[in-house]
Amino acid sequence: MVTTGLVVNGHGVPRSGAFVVDDATTSRADRSRRKRKRVLPGFGLSLGYTIVYLSLIVLIPLSAVFIRTAQLTWPAFVDIVTAPRVMASYRLTFGASLSAALVNTAFGLLVAWVLVRYRFPGRRLVDALVDLPFALPTAVAGVALTGLFTPNGWIGALLTPMGIKVAFTPLGVMVALTFIGLPFVVRTVQPVLEELPREIEEAAATLGATRWDSFRRVVFPVVLPALLTGFALAFARAIGEYGSVIFIAGNMPMVSEITPLIIITKLEQYDYAGATAIASVMLVVSFLLLLAINALQAWTRRRQGALA
Amino acid sequence: MTTETALSYPGPTPTATGEPPIVRGLLIALALAFLTLFLFVPLAFVFYEGLKKGFGVYLAAIAEPDALDAIKLTLLTAAIAVPLNLIFGVAAAWSIAKFSFRGKNLLITLIDLPFSVSPVIAGLVYVLIFGLQGWFGPGLREHDLKIIFAVPGIVLATTFVTFPFVARELIPLMQAQGTEQEEAATVLGAGGWQTFWRITLPNVKWGLLYGVILCNARAMGEFGAVSVVSGHIRGATNTLPLQVEILYNEYQFAAAFAVASLLALLALVTLALKFAVERRAHAQQLFPEIHR
Repeated sequence: MVTTGLVVNGHGVPRSGAFVVDDATTSRADRSRRKRKRVLPGFGLSLGYTIVYLSLIVLIPLSAVFIRTAQLTWPAFVDIVTAPRVMASYRLTFGASLSAALVNTAFGLLVAWVLVRYRFPGRRLVDALVDLPFALPTAVAGVALTGLFTPNGWIGALLTPMGIKVAFTPLGVMVALTFIGLPFVVRTVQPVLEELPREIEEAAATLGATRWDSFRRVVFPVVLPALLTGFALAFARAIGEYGSVIFIAGNMPMVSEITPLIIITKLEQYDYAGATAIASVMLVVSFLLLLAINALQAWTRRRQGALA
Repeated sequence: MTTETALSYPGPTPTATGEPPIVRGLLIALALAFLTLFLFVPLAFVFYEGLKKGFGVYLAAIAEPDALDAIKLTLLTAAIAVPLNLIFGVAAAWSIAKFSFRGKNLLITLIDLPFSVSPVIAGLVYVLIFGLQGWFGPGLREHDLKIIFAVPGIVLATTFVTFPFVARELIPLMQAQGTEQEEAATVLGAGGWQTFWRITLPNVKWGLLYGVILCNARAMGEFGAVSVVSGHIRGATNTLPLQVEILYNEYQFAAAFAVASLLALLALVTLALKFAVERRAHAQQLFPEIHR
């Protein structure tokens, strides 16, 4: 049985088809590893290096956030992380991230469907360009979107007569976060659609289902775990995003100021305690999202395994 | 795009599992409209704005001393951060994929951590450790060493945000390949390094290259984390993305977009290489004996 493994690429997104994982080989290798003694050298060296490097670059620095925060008294901590300006930034960051992730879920499913099911000129180019937001530096995305959506920009000039303001408003934040999160849903749903056996849709059709019925009741339940994973990945990425947002946001306190920017502002005022306290709140949210994403990915794998 | 006449989905009964041409055309048009608005137009806009005032202005903006210094620093940063994470990725993948030990899943999750941390926090953690009010701040100051607002801080922050890229590619790939080939080599008398260079490395080279390409793109393009630790000193601690910000904030739009277009070009090259490597990696997986 050969299934396309949900190989996760550099951005935490399962990628289709790049590496085919043979389940049988894996389990055979696993079994033989358990039975035999360690034949291969280098276990101590490689694991030791991995743990030391991981600790030095990631774990110890991250623990600094919590150690610093622990030096605050509880009331002082609560005061900092629930200040009105900070609360407004949470509402903006989480609200805009949620809306952007929802837009990406709907259009990501559409784009994945079109790329997998239909053939049209330029399809492979479009497929390759979907990853652009991963490869394009966020600052470049930020200045480009701002230039486009200001009242005299290409797109802004079309929207202004309709009374829609994008640049320097919360809507602008959402536009930037939509750009940043665009590939996640496409790249999680795409491999699942590719692996979907055509027979089950044929079966639905023979049993009298219309195309819409069989999409809604046959295809959709199968892609749902992947869709939710993509949504969670896009949402998690959007929460921490900084570079693409600050140009288009306008950064007005209480209106269009995102939480990562508040951390930077506090740092620039040498308010280490304030910056760290807010950072620890964001880190906890990120960790919770990471756990949720891991659980969703396990669910996706089980769903796919059951079908294959 | 709607003139497509071929069967939408190759299969024995295309009408039962395909949509009517009109629906198909509408869906394709809607998907392409979304991608055009959010991907293609912004990409085209960067090059248009960069070149709007002519090629001379474009070249002058890039050949400007501050811009050249930014290019040098960006290359230097990537030249340190990418090899560091490459060595780590190989070590991590070797220990995780070739041996079984307790806590393996926890280790894999921890390696992924930097992806779920905001870039701003990735910069902040190093300020907390090496900044003036940080753990080692006073000690560093005594010896006149600077890490924050200097090149070492930029390299550290970049290493943090690009940390998982290579490991993330290699671990599942090497897990799938198992240990039989390496064990055979060892039994036949090959040493550890010999086994690694002649068996393992050729087996994973495309996956490795894929990881390095993504790692490099992020290392050269990182903005948030680097912005926190850089101090924005022109000609000294300015990377290319930071240079874009400075020029943009000074309303030098043509220059800002000229520098931005260099980074956009880097992104396009990255995507092209990624596409090519993906195909080779796929082929190597299917026909390992041909594509060694």
